[in-house]
Amino acid sequence: MKTTNLMIVGVGGQGTLLASKLLGKLLVSEGYDVKVSEVHGMSQRGGSVVTYVRFGEKVYSPVITEGEADYIVSFEKIEAARYLSCLSNKGKIIVNNQEIDPMPVITGAAVYPTDVLEKVKESGVFVDEMNALDLAESAGSAKAVNIVLMGRLARYLGIGREKWVKAIEETVPAKTKEMNLKAFELGYNYEM
Amino acid sequence: MKKLLIGNEAVSRGLYEGGINVVSSYPGTPSTEITEFLSKYDDIHSEWAPNEKVALEVAFGASLAGARSACAMKHVGLNVAADPLFTLSYTGVTGGLVICVADDPAMHSSQNEQDSRHYAIASKIPMLEPADSQECYRFAKEAFRISEEFDTPVLLRLTTRIAHSQSITDIGERENAEIKQYEKKPAKYIMMPAYAKAKHPVVEERTKKLIAFSEICDFNRIEMGGTDIGIITAGDCYQYVKEALGDSVSVLKLGMLNPLPEKLIRDFAAKVKRLVVVEELDGIIETHVRSLGLPVEGKSLFTPIGEYNQDTVRKVFRSALNEKADCEVNVPVRPPMMCAGCPHRGMFYALSKNKITVMGDIGCYTLGAQAPLTALDSTLCMGASVSGLHGFNLADKGQRRTACVIGDSTFIHSGITGLINVAYNSTSSTVIVLDNSITGMTGHQQNPTTGYNIKGDPASKVDLEALCKAVGIKRIRVVDPYNIAECEKAVLEETASDEASVIISRRPCVLLKSVKAKSPVKVDADKCKGCKKCMTLGCPAISIKNKKAVIDHTLCVGCDVCKQLCAFGAIESEDR
Ligand code: SF4
Ligand code: SF4
Repeated sequence: MKTTNLMIVGVGGQGTLLASKLLGKLLVSEGYDVKVSEVHGMSQRGGSVVTYVRFGEKVYSPVITEGEADYIVSFEKIEAARYLSCLSNKGKIIVNNQEIDPMPVITGAAVYPTDVLEKVKESGVFVDEMNALDLAESAGSAKAVNIVLMGRLARYLGIGREKWVKAIEETVPAKTKEMNLKAFELGYNYEM
Repeated sequence: MKKLLIGNEAVSRGLYEGGINVVSSYPGTPSTEITEFLSKYDDIHSEWAPNEKVALEVAFGASLAGARSACAMKHVGLNVAADPLFTLSYTGVTGGLVICVADDPAMHSSQNEQDSRHYAIASKIPMLEPADSQECYRFAKEAFRISEEFDTPVLLRLTTRIAHSQSITDIGERENAEIKQYEKKPAKYIMMPAYAKAKHPVVEERTKKLIAFSEICDFNRIEMGGTDIGIITAGDCYQYVKEALGDSVSVLKLGMLNPLPEKLIRDFAAKVKRLVVVEELDGIIETHVRSLGLPVEGKSLFTPIGEYNQDTVRKVFRSALNEKADCEVNVPVRPPMMCAGCPHRGMFYALSKNKITVMGDIGCYTLGAQAPLTALDSTLCMGASVSGLHGFNLADKGQRRTACVIGDSTFIHSGITGLINVAYNSTSSTVIVLDNSITGMTGHQQNPTTGYNIKGDPASKVDLEALCKAVGIKRIRVVDPYNIAECEKAVLEETASDEASVIISRRPCVLLKSVKAKSPVKVDADKCKGCKKCMTLGCPAISIKNKKAVIDHTLCVGCDVCKQLCAFGAIESEDR
């Protein structure tokens, strides 16, 4: 069985860590060998962050290199392009079309390439684009962007919905459970 | 029981099951979580020490008294702890002693890329290096046994990828937690020349025994595959080799990195046609293999710089790479930055505006070096801002206005000794302590200035003002970094003074739970002239859209610093 490679990318502080925790828990309970790798520390202060998730029968390397990823879940538009070269040319991207200005854009040293997703689509990979922030807010909190996107990912991974729900219940704080389950459904059911 | 654990948590579990009684550490990425996870066990003593030297000496004392002890630090922390390390090699232990050290190839969160395996060789202390969380757990647990059996501290080396990657770990139960009887043994524990001379031959003898152990121990193993190429590797590199080359090569996977085996390597070399060492950073295994007179390749193929991955290996052995997606966009870099409302920002603005030459230090505030604040002139190591400033001033002889910035935790770690030197050897240095009441960068650990211990229980609290006074500083003032005028006044007065001074810039980190954000400020678009003055702060909440400043209400914490800069009164607080 081939190892599945998945990357979660975004901006420090967007809740990518919780998403990878959820995914890790789910994949272990499915009986896979799993490796999840992310770098803590300096980069989390608003920097670009990346988590590698690999699962299959036997996983060696904790990281994903050029052309290896089957899926990228991007919490922000330009982050999808930043890591695109890690995606296989047959890979899929799920992207939250939010724009978060990095410091060089804020200071005027660089411009935000607003057409970035068009460019990504031109590369021929499958792009599933959504406004996860809006959906999260309608679920009750802007913080639930991560769970909205996991809801979307659930459509691709072929793991039963009830198992996702169980993993979410075990991962998120009890008082945000209902809101997060709603966020999950909104991400799952969103029509492109 | 099988769990998905990061390497650091697996290490802490291994130490716990191995019978640890005392852990003392100073936080440092990527080692911090080892101690944080240990602090959750109530049946052992855990603490944050002021620095790594103190931590290792605490672990030594606990071992001397019969307890199993450990400390954890990042690679540069081992430099600080090197003094006790080398002599601990001579004294050996009573209770097992494990020193966890985490290297940071690629410098994700560090100021250099040093390879701590050199320390194991130089101090003649055995070193283990795991390759996944299961090994983190097992090696940490067995490290205590090796420590006691061979009467030596044991170094457990991790790298960022091992420390921060999660993999499945099968854990067990706590064992051997009893504390041994203390006995006074002067010849073992008093390292004055007469006793130390007798100890050095014991260390050399121990190394021979450890080599014999490394030949047969199960930390090292051979996995035979194709015999055209034989690879000797360790740690994360083992995973990259297996990922890239699978069974097409044979692998000697080393888990014990010091001392290295001899016969095992010769036997392996005899079974393969071409011998290659794959190791990140320095060519330490390679040098050893070459010293055995074996033909070997290593650093002629692989760089000593940065992290490797499976592609690094594929490229060297010309195996096929994956077909990648690609697009042509100029993606702006996204460096880390100080949080919106970070208490350091106001002080950095005051320093930058007044063109002060600033020696920096290690912490979140190192980010003050970046545009647009560009407030720093140097960052070397923990504490160097204070002592470096003193030296700078000796040479500069008052031509420039100078100061240094150092966080509360770093100041206690090793800034205070520099301050004693400033007072004693009298320069008119201005030392700014950025007191945000936490160790921020490593993920918010308590320290001796916060009034809380590792478990969050109330603890003794260093009185920074009294401390600075006691070492001989007469000019001490406290400012609120959210008040720019106050910061500027203090900076201008103190840098002009011909006496040494300390400015304590005091405000807790905005990420602390105890800090309540105020309602965000907003820009009155009619009043905003688009002058971009507020942009000089580098607050991530502020940006310019359609030539007017806009403030992201989800990020702004209402610190009001930007409001003080606006000459047109365009930034307004919502009703509070
Ligand atoms: S974590 Fe605290 S100290 Fe560090 S940048 Fe953010 S607000 Fe500043
Ligand atoms: S008040 Fe101004 S400087 Fe402070 S966090 Fe809000 S936007 Fe940033």
